[in-house]
Amino acid sequence: MALASVLSGECADFSLDFRQPFGHNCGPGQSGAECDAAPGDSVSFSVKNPMLAGDDDGVERKIEFLHGTTTLAFKFEHGVIVAVDSRATAGSYIASQTVKKVIEINPYLLGTMAGGAADCSFWERLLARQCRIYELRNKERISVAAASKLLANMVYQYKGMGLSMGTMVCGWDKRGPGLYYVDSEGNRVCGDLFAVGSGSMYAYGVMDSGLRQDLTVDEACELGRRAIYQATFRDAYSGGQVNLYHVHSGGWTRISQEDVLMLHQKYRDQA
Amino acid sequence: SNMCCFSDVGIRGKDIVVLGVEKKSVAKLQDERTVRKICALDEHVCMAFAGLTADARIVINRARVECQSHRLTVEDPVTVEYITRYIATLKQRYTQSNGRRPFGISALIVGFDYDGTPRLYQTDPSGTYHAWKANAIGRSAKTVREFLEKNYTDEAIAGDNEAIKLAIKALLEVVQSGGKNIELAVIRRNQPLKSKEIETLVAEIEKEKEEEAEKKKQKKST
Repeated sequence: MALASVLSGECADFSLDFRQPFGHNCGPGQSGAECDAAPGDSVSFSVKNPMLAGDDDGVERKIEFLHGTTTLAFKFEHGVIVAVDSRATAGSYIASQTVKKVIEINPYLLGTMAGGAADCSFWERLLARQCRIYELRNKERISVAAASKLLANMVYQYKGMGLSMGTMVCGWDKRGPGLYYVDSEGNRVCGDLFAVGSGSMYAYGVMDSGLRQDLTVDEACELGRRAIYQATFRDAYSGGQVNLYHVHSGGWTRISQEDVLMLHQKYRDQA
Repeated sequence: SNMCCFSDVGIRGKDIVVLGVEKKSVAKLQDERTVRKICALDEHVCMAFAGLTADARIVINRARVECQSHRLTVEDPVTVEYITRYIATLKQRYTQSNGRRPFGISALIVGFDYDGTPRLYQTDPSGTYHAWKANAIGRSAKTVREFLEKNYTDEAIAGDNEAIKLAIKALLEVVQSGGKNIELAVIRRNQPLKSKEIETLVAEIEKEKEEEAEKKKQKKST
């Protein structure tokens, strides 16, 4: 970790001990962003090393992953559009058609969920806590860049330990609309357009052909909705409803939730 | 000795922040350039201290690392308030720790936030910090502060040069051998810390004083 030797500090211990208690300090030493290491800041929990053999009862548990998904977000003149599907699959079994894949971190920041559902929601809730502490300490909202950096730094400490998370942090701060892609490999990329999941290629196709900087809010919403719909049409692991959010200078607004089958009828009747 | 309790003054102008320090006279064989009481913490923030020089070195080092650490994680330069809060928290930790003594320094921290607002903060060994328009620390701080309270007006800090002159005048109240023992540094908006040559300004101030004295004499005689 950068500056670790200079800070001579509270770094994560990466030894391969089985079930080592992990003092996850959400405060200064790790992120270096805040200076107060109050006792309440730390979050401790055990981490089981995934590289060592199964469980106590010898059964290998399969974790339900949301790689089967389509989530997208793009920036345009009036903010950021975030559109996601709502299907969760375990193998070829559809576990749920009504999953909420957009996590409301705070009234002006959104995070999307792809990969492990538990990983995404846990870490993004932790991020929400950290963002709120930042706001109270510094008397101003956290920037999207800083929020995504905090998340990326948090999960980077667990790199190689089996976390699965591909998320987009979307918001509006003093620099305007912000969109970052963060994943459990440690990537953190700023960009204007991202699609994540098994249906992402289909979504990219639709978005790339329709995206312009001067779209109106309605046109942009329709573009995001159509892109997710087309992805659910072809990708077996995406489906359910299309949840659409718009992030603007006043925060985020939930635009719509539409069932993919209704959209199918609508587009068929339009054509 | 390494005691440096001499006076420092800080002034917050409109587009400039000024730090003036009283230098102790250097011994003949000492290299003057190594005695520096005004230090840059980052491009847009600097601080002057009064107290134990050795303690100050530690605090300044930690503050410099924190400025860069903040740039790394938050992708923004520190605000003056943030770094002041960090230094103050650091000092407070040492007032409540086993086997440690507090840092023996007071600090004046000046700079510009990224939205362009000039700031001046003062911290002391207890770990408290406050924002000021103008302040002094060190020996004779009270005298200097009284001078500032009388003379800090909107006209007095209307321009950059006026603010600088006010700082020099304030220090001249308490400094023994005049301009030779004063060191001055300024930060202007979006510009890094600059040392100021003060001989010409001190000469100007002396001239102004003489002119004031002349005017008063003439009034009396007529």
